[in-house]
Amino acid sequence: MRRTAPILQRIDWITIGLVLTFMVLGLLNIASATSGAENVDWFALDSKVGKQFAWICIALMIAAITLIIEGEFFIRTTVIHYAVNILLLIGVLLVGKTVGGAKSWFGIGSISLQPSEFAKTGTVLMLAWLLSRSNGKIRNAKTLVQSGLIVCIPAALIMLQPDAGTVLVYGGLIFAFYREGLSGNVLIAVFCALLLLIATILTGASSYNYPFLGPQSSIGWLWMILITLGTILWKLIPGWVVPRNRKRVRRATIICFSTALIFSAAVHSGLEGVLKTHQKERIYVLFGMDVGNPDADYNIRHAKAAVSSGGWAGKGFLQGPMTAYGFVPEQETDFIFCTIGEEWGFAGSAFVVFLYTLLLLRILVLAERQRSDFTRIYAYGVASILFMHFLINVGMVLGLAPVIGIPLPFLSAGGSSLIGFTLLIAILLRLDAERSYVLR
Amino acid sequence: MNLKERQWIIGGVFLLIAVIFIGRLAQLQLLSSNLQDYAARLTQEREILAPARGLIFDRTGELFLDNKAGYDILFTPRQCRIAGGMDTLALAQLIGLTPNEIQKAIRKAEAYATYRPSTIRKQMPASEYAAVAGELWRFAGIQSRRRSIRTNESGLASHLLGEYREVDWDDIQSNKGYNLGDYKGKSGLELQWEEELRGREGVKFHLVDVRNDYRQSAEQGALDSMPTPGENINLTLDMALQAYGESIMEGKRGSIVAIEPHSGEVLAMVSAPSYATDLLTGRMRGTHYDSLLRDTNKPLFNRTMRATYRPGSIFKMIQGLIAMDRGVISTQTRIPCNRSIIGCHGGHTNDNLESAIVHSCNPYFHEVMRRMIQPRKESNVFEEARNQLGDWSASIRRFGLGTDLGGHFPGLRSGSVPDTTLYDKLYGRKRWAYSTIYSISIGEGELLTTPLHMANLAATLANRGSFRTPHVIQSIGSKGKPAGMDSLVQTGIDPALFKPVIKAMNAVTESDEGTAPLARIPGIKVCGKTGTVQDSQGNHSVFIAFAPANDPKIALSVYVENAGAGGDWAAPIASLMMEHYLKGSVQQTEKESRVKGATYPFANAKQ
Repeated sequence: MRRTAPILQRIDWITIGLVLTFMVLGLLNIASATSGAENVDWFALDSKVGKQFAWICIALMIAAITLIIEGEFFIRTTVIHYAVNILLLIGVLLVGKTVGGAKSWFGIGSISLQPSEFAKTGTVLMLAWLLSRSNGKIRNAKTLVQSGLIVCIPAALIMLQPDAGTVLVYGGLIFAFYREGLSGNVLIAVFCALLLLIATILTGASSYNYPFLGPQSSIGWLWMILITLGTILWKLIPGWVVPRNRKRVRRATIICFSTALIFSAAVHSGLEGVLKTHQKERIYVLFGMDVGNPDADYNIRHAKAAVSSGGWAGKGFLQGPMTAYGFVPEQETDFIFCTIGEEWGFAGSAFVVFLYTLLLLRILVLAERQRSDFTRIYAYGVASILFMHFLINVGMVLGLAPVIGIPLPFLSAGGSSLIGFTLLIAILLRLDAERSYVLR
Repeated sequence: MNLKERQWIIGGVFLLIAVIFIGRLAQLQLLSSNLQDYAARLTQEREILAPARGLIFDRTGELFLDNKAGYDILFTPRQCRIAGGMDTLALAQLIGLTPNEIQKAIRKAEAYATYRPSTIRKQMPASEYAAVAGELWRFAGIQSRRRSIRTNESGLASHLLGEYREVDWDDIQSNKGYNLGDYKGKSGLELQWEEELRGREGVKFHLVDVRNDYRQSAEQGALDSMPTPGENINLTLDMALQAYGESIMEGKRGSIVAIEPHSGEVLAMVSAPSYATDLLTGRMRGTHYDSLLRDTNKPLFNRTMRATYRPGSIFKMIQGLIAMDRGVISTQTRIPCNRSIIGCHGGHTNDNLESAIVHSCNPYFHEVMRRMIQPRKESNVFEEARNQLGDWSASIRRFGLGTDLGGHFPGLRSGSVPDTTLYDKLYGRKRWAYSTIYSISIGEGELLTTPLHMANLAATLANRGSFRTPHVIQSIGSKGKPAGMDSLVQTGIDPALFKPVIKAMNAVTESDEGTAPLARIPGIKVCGKTGTVQDSQGNHSVFIAFAPANDPKIALSVYVENAGAGGDWAAPIASLMMEHYLKGSVQQTEKESRVKGATYPFANAKQ
C-alpha cells in the first residue's frame, strides 16, 4: 500500500463494515421496539426510528469529515479537545436538564445531547497523548498519577451527575493501562476485589444465628475466614519462603489481607449506608435474592423472559410481543438486546455477540499493527471503552450484571452515544490509515 | 513478559466474555422453558369464550331458565398503580359496593396477580351496568367483561331446577375444566344435567400489551376455537299448572306432585314454601341463603322428594289389591268392623272392600293383612309372620314404594317398606309376629314414602296396575327423550282387580259418605283417597287422586302439613289442580278462594 494512496484505500473496511452492520441492526430493532407491531415510519422525524435514521446520517457525515482531516490535527488538538469536554461536563452540571434523576443532558430545542458520551473520546485521546510522550511508561509513578488523573477528572464529574454506569466504563481503561505496562498484579487484584465484592454482598445480605450474639449478618463469617486464612499463610511462610524474602512476603501478606478486610468492610457499610433502597434491590435481585418487592426485579425478569422467548430462531422481525407491547422498559435504548433476543432468537443474538467480539478483536489487531505509540494506546482505549459497554449492557440484559443504564454501542437509540462512538472509531480509522507514514 | 504479548491476554478476556455470553444465551433461549412460559403468560391472554348455557323450557315451550346479559367488573392492580391510583370510594359507589367490600376486593386482586385482571364485582345486571358504563373509563385499571346471568323470571320450580353458582375449590380440583370464577349447576336439574347444559368453552388467544389491552390475535388465530353452546332442555312440567300449584300452596307447608299417568311425565312439582331462584344468584346470595336457611318453614327443603311421611289410609288400596291378587279376599268378602282390635271412625259395621275403602275402615285392612301375614297355617306365629312378610314387601315394592322409581330424581328418598331384615333388627329374630307389626296394615308404623311415590301410586292406580317411571325430561337438545326415561313397570296385579278399587275411589269423592266431597270437579269423574297422617304438630292433610276416572290424564298427590284431615285441604287443592289442568281454567272460584285464604296455623289440625 502506497503512502499516498487515497484515504478510501487506506482505511480499514472491516471495521467500517462491522459498524455499519450494527447501525442497520440498531435501526431494525429500534423500529421493532417502538412501533407496536404496526407499520414502521422509517423516515418520520417524530418517530424514534426516524430520529435514529437522522442521527445515523449525521454520525456518518461526522465520520466522513473526520476521515478527511489529517490525524495530526487530532493529536495536536488533544489538550483542547479534552479541555472542552471537561468544560462541557462542568457546564452540564450547571445548566443541564435532569432526566430520570441525573443531570446529564443539554436540552437544545427538541434534541438532547449528553456530553458524557463525547467525553470518552477526549479522555482516551488525552490518555494516549500523555502515555505516548512519557518513555518511562506507566511504571513511572508520576506518569501513573497523571494518567490516573486524566481518567478520574471526567469520571468524577460524571459521578456528580450522577451516572454510575458511564463512570464504570472508564474503569475499562485498565486494559489500556495494562497493555502499556501496568503490573498484571493489578488485574489480578481487581479480579480478587470483584470476587470479594460478590462474597461481601452475598454474606452481607444473609444472616446467621451466632452463639451468644444471636442472629447477625453472616458477613462475620467472611471476615473470620479472611483473618484465619491470613494467619495460616503467615504461619506457613517460614516453611515455604527462603529466609531473605520472608520479611517482604510477610509484609505483602499483611497488606493484602488487611486491604481485603478494609475493602470488604467498606463495601458492606457502603451497601448498608450509602446505596438507596432501589439500588440495593437491583444488586440483591441480581443474585436471585428475594427482596420482598415484586417490582424490584421487574426489568430484569422481563428482559430475561423476552430474550428467552426468542428460542432458536426468534419470533421474526416485528413479531416479538414482549418487544412490541412494552413489556421491557427502555427497550429501544438500554434494553435493545432484548429485542434482538426475542425477534432473532439464539441464532441472531449469538451472531451479534460474535460480531461485537469480532469488532473488539479487530481493533486489537489495528492497535498492534501501529508504529505510533499514540495510535496504539488510543486504539486500546477505544477497545476498552467498547468492551465495557458491551460487557455491562449485554450482561445486564442477560441477568449477569446489575441493572446499569448504559447504551449498547451503535445499536441503542440515541444520538449522543451514536455520534460519540462513531467519532471514537472514525478517529481511530484515520490514525490507522496513516500508520505507514507516520512515526510519532 | 513482553508487553506486546499482553494483547493475547486482553483478547483472551474479550473471547472469554463472548463465550460466557453465548453460553448464557443458550441457557436462556434453548433451555429455559419456564422463562418462555412466563413470557407467553405475560404476552398472551387466553380469552375464554363462554358458551351459552342451555335454556330450560316447559312442555309447551315456555321458558323456565334464561340467560340474561350481565357484566363483571375487573380490576388490574398494576395498571392502577402506573396511572397513579384512583378514587376507590367513587368507584365503590358507582358499581354498588360498600367501601369495605371494595377494599377487600382490591386486596384480593393484588394478592392474586398485579398484572392480571381480577373480578371485583360479579354479575352486574345489564340495566345497572348501562347506567355507569360511561363513567368507568375514568378509573385506571378497571375493565368490564360481558357474562350471562342465569335467570328464572317466573320464579317457579326453584327446588327442582336447582342452583347455578360459582364453582368451589372441589369443582376446580375435579379435573372437569372448571376455573376459578366459573359457574356451574350445583343442585337440582342444573347439576343433574350440567354436562348437557354447559356446552364447551371456546378459546381465543390474544397478544396483549403491558397494559393488558388486546392488540392482536396470537398465532394468527391458529389456536383459537369457537364455543359450543349447551343443549336446551324441555321439561315435562306444565308451567301454567306449576304456577297455579305454587300460588294455591302459598302460605302452606307441603307439596303437590302431578303426573301424566300413561307417560310417567311429571306435570308439576310444587314444594311449599318456595323461594325465588334468582335470590340465590348474584352478589346477595350469602344473605339470602342464610335467611332461607334460618326460616323455620324450611323453604330450601324440597318436600316433593326429600320429605317422607307415613302413607296412612292411602295405603289401603294397595293392601286390598294385593290381598285380592293372593286370593285371601274377594270383592264380596265382608269383614266386621271390630273396633276392639284397632280404632275406626264413621258408622259402618260389616264392609266389603269397596265400602271399606270409602269408609277407610281400619279393622277391615287389619284383618286383610292378617290373612296374608298370619294365616295361622303354621304352628309358630313368629315363624309364619317371618316367612310371609317377604312376599308382601316385594308386592308393595312393585308399586314403586321403597324404590328410587327408576332413578331419574337424584336426591329422591326411597322411603321405607319394612321387611324381615328390618323387623329382625328392631325386635330380634323370631321375636315379632303380625300382632307386633300390624300398624303397617293401615299405612302407619315403619312405612315411609315421599309425595312423589304417592303421586306415582295414583298414576299406577289410574293405569290399572302399571306405571312408567316418573321423569321430568321431555327432550334434551335435538336428541329427544333420553333412553330409559319412561320404562314400563308392572305391578303384576290383574287389571280387572282394580275395578272395585277405582269404583271405591270414585265413591270417596262422589258418594255421600265419602271422605272427600271437596275433591269433586263439575263434569269430571274424580277418583281419590284421603289420608290423615298423624303428627305431633297436627295431622298432615293428604290426598291422592286421578281424573277423569275412565281415561286418566292426570294423577297427583297433595300434602298439606299440619293442616288437618285429608278431605279438608288436600282434597280441594287436588280438585283445583286437576280442574286447572283438564279444563285450562278454574271455575270453582269459591273453593279456590277458600284454599288460597288458608294459611298457617290451620284450625282443627289437631283433631
